[in-house]
Amino acid sequence: MSSTTTAQETKWWNGGRSPFNVEYGKLMMWYFLMSDAFTFGAFLISYGTIRFSQNFWPDPNVVFNAFPGTGHINLPLAFVSVMTFILIASSVTMVLAVHEGHRSNRRGVIKWMLWTILGGIAFLLCQAWEWHHLITGENAVLADGNKIELIGQTMGGNPWGKLVEGSVVTDALKNSSTQTLASIVHEHHTDLSLDELMKKPKDELIGMINIAEMHIREKGPIAFGGYFYGITGFHGFHVFSGVIINIIMLTMTVKGVFDRKGHYLMIEKAGLYWHFVDLVWVFVFLCFYLI
Amino acid sequence: MSEVTFHHHVPGEENVKRIKKTFWLLSFITIIELGMGFSIYFIHKNPDYSHAFVLAIKGAIVILSLAKAFYIVSIFMHLGDEIRNMIMTIAVPLMLFIWFIAAFLWDGSSYKNLRNKYDKHFQERTTEKKDTSGH
Repeated sequence: MSSTTTAQETKWWNGGRSPFNVEYGKLMMWYFLMSDAFTFGAFLISYGTIRFSQNFWPDPNVVFNAFPGTGHINLPLAFVSVMTFILIASSVTMVLAVHEGHRSNRRGVIKWMLWTILGGIAFLLCQAWEWHHLITGENAVLADGNKIELIGQTMGGNPWGKLVEGSVVTDALKNSSTQTLASIVHEHHTDLSLDELMKKPKDELIGMINIAEMHIREKGPIAFGGYFYGITGFHGFHVFSGVIINIIMLTMTVKGVFDRKGHYLMIEKAGLYWHFVDLVWVFVFLCFYLI
Repeated sequence: MSEVTFHHHVPGEENVKRIKKTFWLLSFITIIELGMGFSIYFIHKNPDYSHAFVLAIKGAIVILSLAKAFYIVSIFMHLGDEIRNMIMTIAVPLMLFIWFIAAFLWDGSSYKNLRNKYDKHFQERTTEKKDTSGH
């Protein structure tokens, strides 16, 4: 503990030493991350501004309710909690890699860096599935106020508006195309092929639809899709570049670059970046999925 | 001249213990948050739910998220171990967020109020009607 006592007596600003007691590159990484925090902050605040200017905003439990391999079962927030835990876990493996770096334990660093990279890739795959599901999803919406259409969530529109009920739905079904009706019926009657259903008359198809369970909505606020893809995409891009940085760090560790340098400070700097990605996710997760 | 005068990390078991403790803490907070977010789904099912109650839940989730952010920065990123002067060069500029968030959310909500006041069509079209069909 003697080093700590001398540290307290040190006059940091007398010259001859670094007043922040931090290596230059690490300090600059901190300042970069601070500026990046403002970039993300500005995006999220802009999203907040638009959201506060709307009378209606979709409930995330309605939007994010799908899980891979479970079809149409309603599982709100299940998949995103998996994604969150993947990111927290990979943050822990990263901090363990940094820890092994302090002890100059090359094998330990390699092991934990591998796990971190794996976690990052797993997160990206999850996000790819989530986006694909949202974009290609077929959700029944009331279009032009008088017919049903099946749409996914894109930058140009989304199916997460207010619920439509009663006579509006029955009228809209009558105005909808056979193609749309056949697709709706096909969701619950998978034993019949789409081609078979297309040949049936409209009235019969409407009769096969359980209107009470349809959950037909209006189109939601257009900004929802753009902000969602823009911000989660920007975060995903950070995860992607983090994985690339981590792969480079892993290769350098394997080649023994840091052993020759005598320190593992580069792992620490990559670690800062990776933790920042997790930190941003805390807020993306908060703004889009929780509240 | 060396940039690092002294090292303050404890490169032993103690550090690993602290990391694991933080991991469990973060997981625990996340589960609570998910539970609270999920509960809003059921509250929304009741047509006369209390908006103030939902807002209170959301406020609690925001506070829990800030706690998570603090632990990530302080323990995982070791900012808590740096010297005070350095921490302040990071923390003080971030205070700008207080104004940033308050001003822009206020702006958005003011725009909504003005539109609802002067554009009745917008208000009727976008406000969720209280359920009358008894669904």
